[in-house]
Amino acid sequence: MEKHIITALVEDKPGVLNRIASLFRRRGFNIQSLAVGSSEQPGLSRMTIVVGGNSRVVEQVRKQLAKLIEVIKVSDLSGESFVSREFVLIKVKTNRETRGEIIQLAEIFRANIVDVAPDSLIAEVTGDEEKVESLIGLLRRFGIKEIARTGCLAMTRGERSGNGKHLL
Amino acid sequence: MKKTGAQILCEGLIERGVEVIFGFPGGVLLPLYDTLPQYPELRHILVRHEQGAAHAADGYARATGRAGVCLATSGPGACNLVTGIANAYMDSSPVVAITGQVARPFIGKDAFQETDITGITLPITKHNYLVLETEELAQIIEEAFHIALEGRPGPVLIDIPRDVFTEEVEAEKLGITNHRYKPKTGGHTVQVEKAAKTIDSARRPIIISGRGIIISHAAQELTELSSKAQIPVTTTLLGIGSFPGSSPMNLGMLGMHGAKHANLAVNNADVIIAVGMRFDDRATARFDSFASEAKIIHIDIDPAEIGKNIACTIPIVGDARVVLREIARLIQPQTHDGWLSQIREWQEEHPLPDVEGGEELLPQYVIRKIWEVTGGDTIIVTGVGQHQMWAAQHFTCDRPGSFISAGGLGTMGFELPAAMGAKVGRPEETVWCIAGDGGFQMTIQELATIAQENIGVKVAVIDNRFLGMVRQWQEFFYDERYVATPLSGPDLMKIAEAYGISSQRVGRREEVVPAIRRAMEHPGPFIIDFIVRSEENVYPMVQPGGSLTDFVEPPSKILSLLK
Repeated sequence: MEKHIITALVEDKPGVLNRIASLFRRRGFNIQSLAVGSSEQPGLSRMTIVVGGNSRVVEQVRKQLAKLIEVIKVSDLSGESFVSREFVLIKVKTNRETRGEIIQLAEIFRANIVDVAPDSLIAEVTGDEEKVESLIGLLRRFGIKEIARTGCLAMTRGERSGNGKHLL
Repeated sequence: MKKTGAQILCEGLIERGVEVIFGFPGGVLLPLYDTLPQYPELRHILVRHEQGAAHAADGYARATGRAGVCLATSGPGACNLVTGIANAYMDSSPVVAITGQVARPFIGKDAFQETDITGITLPITKHNYLVLETEELAQIIEEAFHIALEGRPGPVLIDIPRDVFTEEVEAEKLGITNHRYKPKTGGHTVQVEKAAKTIDSARRPIIISGRGIIISHAAQELTELSSKAQIPVTTTLLGIGSFPGSSPMNLGMLGMHGAKHANLAVNNADVIIAVGMRFDDRATARFDSFASEAKIIHIDIDPAEIGKNIACTIPIVGDARVVLREIARLIQPQTHDGWLSQIREWQEEHPLPDVEGGEELLPQYVIRKIWEVTGGDTIIVTGVGQHQMWAAQHFTCDRPGSFISAGGLGTMGFELPAAMGAKVGRPEETVWCIAGDGGFQMTIQELATIAQENIGVKVAVIDNRFLGMVRQWQEFFYDERYVATPLSGPDLMKIAEAYGISSQRVGRREEVVPAIRRAMEHPGPFIIDFIVRSEENVYPMVQPGGSLTDFVEPPSKILSLLK
């Protein structure tokens, strides 16, 4: 299934997240990740949503989102030049023998070790999906106890900003 | 000066031109109801069930083009509005629903008669509000009406806690800021030009006209477009009245029970101009075989409707009136005599079934006679089912807004309260409620409202002692196993008498016209119980799951074909 990254500038009001989640459920759209936080404008939040589906489905997602009164702007980043990042915490099983190797791997991926316990450690890593997935893949053989991911955040490169009017 | 939330609400409603509220009181609404007498310009009509209030507001809105207002208490009252709100949502009707909520400190505590009505109505409202600050109430009311009416209309719900009604705030502080919601009305110039060129080069064009034409008052522009380029028009169910029914260029309704020649014309067209309609599956039949040869120009104010069900060649987002006027100006005058005579040929091959019938009274005959006696000068309100389809087929509507029907949601029981709302909104008009004997009983309690308020609705019950449309499907597709569709009683004459409403039962053809006349001459409401042939079917009919031109044939037709 194709993946599309959609960003939405929304009013920071109670129930907005509920509205958006309800819309995805009701229309049968498939959310792969959703990240939300305050934006550069007071009173507005920015959401980054990764949606699965062909371009016709994603077009519907975009239009249905734009219909919500509290949604100010929706952009589909597909076809644009953009930066995408995800922040991940990974708790890996360790022992005296494996700890060194795990730390080395973490260094290669510019991951930080943020907690060390006798039988596990926590690595934090930031990057695009490919980088995050390959680190997780490499760590899997040591035994991963827990993963927490923020979901993808994305932003177009250069001049264009996601603050303007509705696309439609 | 200080004002209570209840006063702010009443004044906000008056400010927005509201004259009528269809409502039902309850615990948390007591402070509001106690305030209402201070505002005699707000007429409150006490319904007998909140569903009736929502449908009445919907009927009022569709008949007047203004927002209809309904009011219900928290919990069960609010929940009872849900069907009516969903109906208004599906048919783009500007209803403002006001619900009481438990006092703010009790929200989330499962208090007596608490329900999360904003959560429940999230997917069936255009927008909704839970008022948490009394200072915001005035702004919210203003916004709610703006959102309900602007762009593609739809229902908006405002949930107001009991203690907001009683809280006093400084009225001077209640500044109203500008609206952020501003739908785009003018079509994209390049797209409009492309559409005009496509229409110029069309050889077999057709217009599909929907309710959007009625909402945007674009009937005149539609007629101009049709006559300038000689383009026939078919309407959706809710588009009935958007183009004169008596015009030879009107092919009637398309879709599952549409005119055969209309369906054939759509599926053989090379250019379709679809305006203010949303390609509902009952109008298109199978999406993948819909008008496969046609270039489709889709004009709608709601961008999300474009490309949702049917991919189109030229999308135009805008107000139907603005866009049609522009297209009509740009196109070249032309004729399509060959195409029109082809359509006439189809029409002659497939006329609508005869309405006269034999011994038994036919429902279609009743509809035809209501049309003849009223001269079409009436508002028709229907529910859903066979009676609705017969009304759509046999009542010739010439005026926008004169045909009101539960389209998208297909709600049994819409007809009576919606007719009540329409009559309240347009007291100078004759309003005929065409009901089935099944749906009539779903909201029959509103007869009490009609009687108490003396709302002069004329009711024609098409009484076939069956849930007719379901029975028809059982006949066709379930070997005539009539499970849970036969109806017995009640005696509608006694019901009418109990409510204090005049009535007549009619079972013979020669009684039909005198009864309709009697109802029309009678001041106030009147019910006619038309005892019609019980197993009459709606034809034409498209095979469910089939394409627009796969017709189910009546048994008599199949027999004659075999001979």
